[in-house]
Amino acid sequence: MRIHIPTPLRIYTDKQDTVGVEASTVGEALDALTARHPELRKHLFSEEGKLRAFVNVYLNDEDIRYLPEGEATRVNGKDELSIIPSIAGGR
Amino acid sequence: MLKLTEQIYNAIRRHGEETYPHECCGVLLGRSAQDVNEVEDAVRAGNTRTDAAHNRYNIAPQELIGIQRQARERGLDIIGFYHSHPDHPAQWSETDFAEAHWLGCSYVITSVQNGVAQDTNSFLLAGTSEENKAFENEPIEIAVLEAERC
Repeated sequence: MRIHIPTPLRIYTDKQDTVGVEASTVGEALDALTARHPELRKHLFSEEGKLRAFVNVYLNDEDIRYLPEGEATRVNGKDELSIIPSIAGGR
Repeated sequence: MLKLTEQIYNAIRRHGEETYPHECCGVLLGRSAQDVNEVEDAVRAGNTRTDAAHNRYNIAPQELIGIQRQARERGLDIIGFYHSHPDHPAQWSETDFAEAHWLGCSYVITSVQNGVAQDTNSFLLAGTSEENKAFENEPIEIAVLEAERC
């Protein structure tokens, strides 16, 4: 499956905007990504291993935090994961 | 430096006037080179903070994914974001800083006073991690298209 990397994290993926991984679940896909690009891990996960609060990961159009099976959700080769840090603020 | 055309610059400012007294927000698409974020397009986004739209903004991740997909198809990247500060200076706030996570991207803020766009400033989110990030003042260069000069 393909994982789309946002602009600020591409310095950790050799400037690649998309990384292809072999995985059967969302969790395996994220593990494969961070195994190949270890520097990414601390930018995506807290020390406790949870996704950092401002990091959103979508499986196609679904936030993985709200998938009934979470990171255990099964994926196939046509699925896409998108990593999207949040955008917010105000005066 | 942030480079953009006069058309895009004006479109960003107009967006802030249209949504006044609420904050507007949008995404800047373009290309990043060394020390320069060059904007090719500004895409309007919805502000999901309807509970406090006069002083907060948030772009839904799902909308961002769509915008990122469009950018990819056009060979562009997300290189920054813009929003407005209704009746407030065009300076980043503590909230802006705490909620800024796109390192290397430009954050453009337009002050809108009584419905009229005033200053527009850009701030580069510098640093390599959440722990050492910092906003830096970033010059804006506005390119005037040849056709508009005639």
